[in-house]
Amino acid sequence: MTRCYYRSNSIRKIRMPIIETDHLTKTFDGFTAVKDISLSVEEGEIFGFLGPNGAGKTTTIKMLTTLLRPTKGKATIDGADIITQRDKVRKSIGVVFQEPALDIELTGKENLDYHARMYGIGRDTRKRRIHDVLSLVDLTEKQDVLVKTYSGGMKRRLEIARGLMHNPTVLFLDEPTLGLDAQTRQAIWAYIRKMNKDYHTTIFLTTHYMDEADFLCDRVAIIDKGSILVVDDIKTLKNLVGNDIITISSSDNKNIITNMLKNNWVKNYEVHDDHIQLGVEKGDEKIPLIIQQAQSLGIQVRSISVRKPTLDDVFLHYTGRSIRQEHTDQAEKLIPPRFRFRGSHR
Amino acid sequence: MNHIELQAIYVMWLRHMKRFIRSKSRLVSTIAQPLFFLFILGSGFRIATFEGLSVDYLSFLAPGVISMSILFSSMFTGVSVLWDKQFGFLQEVLVAPVSRFSIIFGRTLGGATTALIQGFIILAIALALGVRIAGIANLLMTIVFMILIAFSAVGFGLTVATKLEDFEGFQLIMNLLIMPLLFLSSAFFPVTQQPILHTIALFNPLFYMVDGLRGSLLGTAHIYPLPIDFIIVLCFCIAMLGIGSYSFHKSEI
Ligand SMILES: Nc1ncnc2c1ncn2[C@@H]1O[C@H](COP(=O)(O)OP(=O)(O)O)[C@@H](O)[C@H]1O
Ligand SMILES: [Mg+2]
Repeated sequence: MTRCYYRSNSIRKIRMPIIETDHLTKTFDGFTAVKDISLSVEEGEIFGFLGPNGAGKTTTIKMLTTLLRPTKGKATIDGADIITQRDKVRKSIGVVFQEPALDIELTGKENLDYHARMYGIGRDTRKRRIHDVLSLVDLTEKQDVLVKTYSGGMKRRLEIARGLMHNPTVLFLDEPTLGLDAQTRQAIWAYIRKMNKDYHTTIFLTTHYMDEADFLCDRVAIIDKGSILVVDDIKTLKNLVGNDIITISSSDNKNIITNMLKNNWVKNYEVHDDHIQLGVEKGDEKIPLIIQQAQSLGIQVRSISVRKPTLDDVFLHYTGRSIRQEHTDQAEKLIPPRFRFRGSHR
Repeated sequence: MNHIELQAIYVMWLRHMKRFIRSKSRLVSTIAQPLFFLFILGSGFRIATFEGLSVDYLSFLAPGVISMSILFSSMFTGVSVLWDKQFGFLQEVLVAPVSRFSIIFGRTLGGATTALIQGFIILAIALALGVRIAGIANLLMTIVFMILIAFSAVGFGLTVATKLEDFEGFQLIMNLLIMPLLFLSSAFFPVTQQPILHTIALFNPLFYMVDGLRGSLLGTAHIYPLPIDFIIVLCFCIAMLGIGSYSFHKSEI
């Protein structure tokens, strides 16, 4: 684990940092939405900003994309300061906002064309790029139709296409698959991967979907209540909570955990109402040991299972809360009604 | 000004025109409303006589209704920034590497263009109904006033839009501020016969707009000399555009 960490670290030194933030902070009327965020994103990587609703992801993106002025701190994109060199920053970024930002009274092609003009792209290049990005997101057939007739998934794809029109150095994606159905999500993941590979675009994406971060990102920052808890590559983070996670349900969970902690191979643990979790290495080999120990204590093991850790386990490890739990409670309430059904009828 | 800024102005203008042409209901209602005023007020007050009026009532009314339609249409353009905010499109424009000024300017041009188109349609109808333009120079002065009115109202609408969160506030401003000002502007009836109304009118920018437009179009029936109307309206216009673009510039999303 340690070796892996250092190796990835040495690779990192060779790459160029493309986004750098230094104690970036935003306060709204006394409420600190983003607190002292310092991080560095390297050229060509897919960087994930993972956290529950209200964590401060969108606020961070708005500051980095020059829409909001930081209360404190600094940041640079491709060397340009987000406060003093806004124009330079704007030239090198593409943004796909959390909320749709299309003109629905225009056609898909018009949206792309107007965007390209505002980025100073000449007519011939414009035509070619429109053609390219439309076929990348499979919207060629719909290009002359008004955007208001598009489904949620189609709108999202058009926005991603638009973000790519001017070949940005960094593409910001704020919850790119929020509220989309499984099929559309997977298609969008594929596009994100593809443009990262084909155009070498650095991607900064925020999400509260664990599987999304897991699938797409090289490294993630876990953010909660405005602060970054940890930044690292996903593998390192998962190793932190154990290579494997063993879930045990027994007749006496309290007793079993006190005894388990005597084993030095238990890296960490969680106690829940009806089960306990242990982070261990080589989980399969530990199962017989656990059952043996339980039997010698006279405790009856009801069920036991091994699984690979997820980013949710990492989040739980740092916050004591599950990100998933929050979302079943909050997601419906926090997503404005007009976004809730995005992509339900692709 | 470089190429990219010109493109931004053009895009904002073109977008506005496309939306205007595609939105049939808006087109119909913004033309129908002034027409109702023209026909209903026009025929209703035809028999009434206003003291000291040197023209027939329809001729008097026509510039008032043209001013009204330009005012409403332009103010709507300014306030429609709220729509863009609500529908998220504003963010897309604000992250583009173009100046806020170009965005505002393009939008203002778009708003003024559509307002002028509407103004000309009303004017054409008024001409068909028998209103007479005094001469070619008068037509040119009329156009100048129409443009100034349009720009002022877009600026005002922008200022309002950056201060408001929703459209109810806009309704309130329309009903409690703009409508009274319009009725006190001599758009529909002369206000200078009554000393109190006349005094109020002196502080009403819409009064100078209507008076100027009327003076330009008819060459008569106005209260103040055209240069005075012109200078006051021009100053008001510059102030409104200044405040409007400043507020827009300062607003965060
Ligand atoms: N303009 C604003 N004024 C006041 N509070 C805000 C504003 N924007 C965001 N917030 C608050 O800041 C916190 C972070 O919001 P946001 O960045 O949207 O979170 P996320 O995108 O991670 O869900 C939330 O508690 C939100 O209510
Ligand atoms: Mg958000």
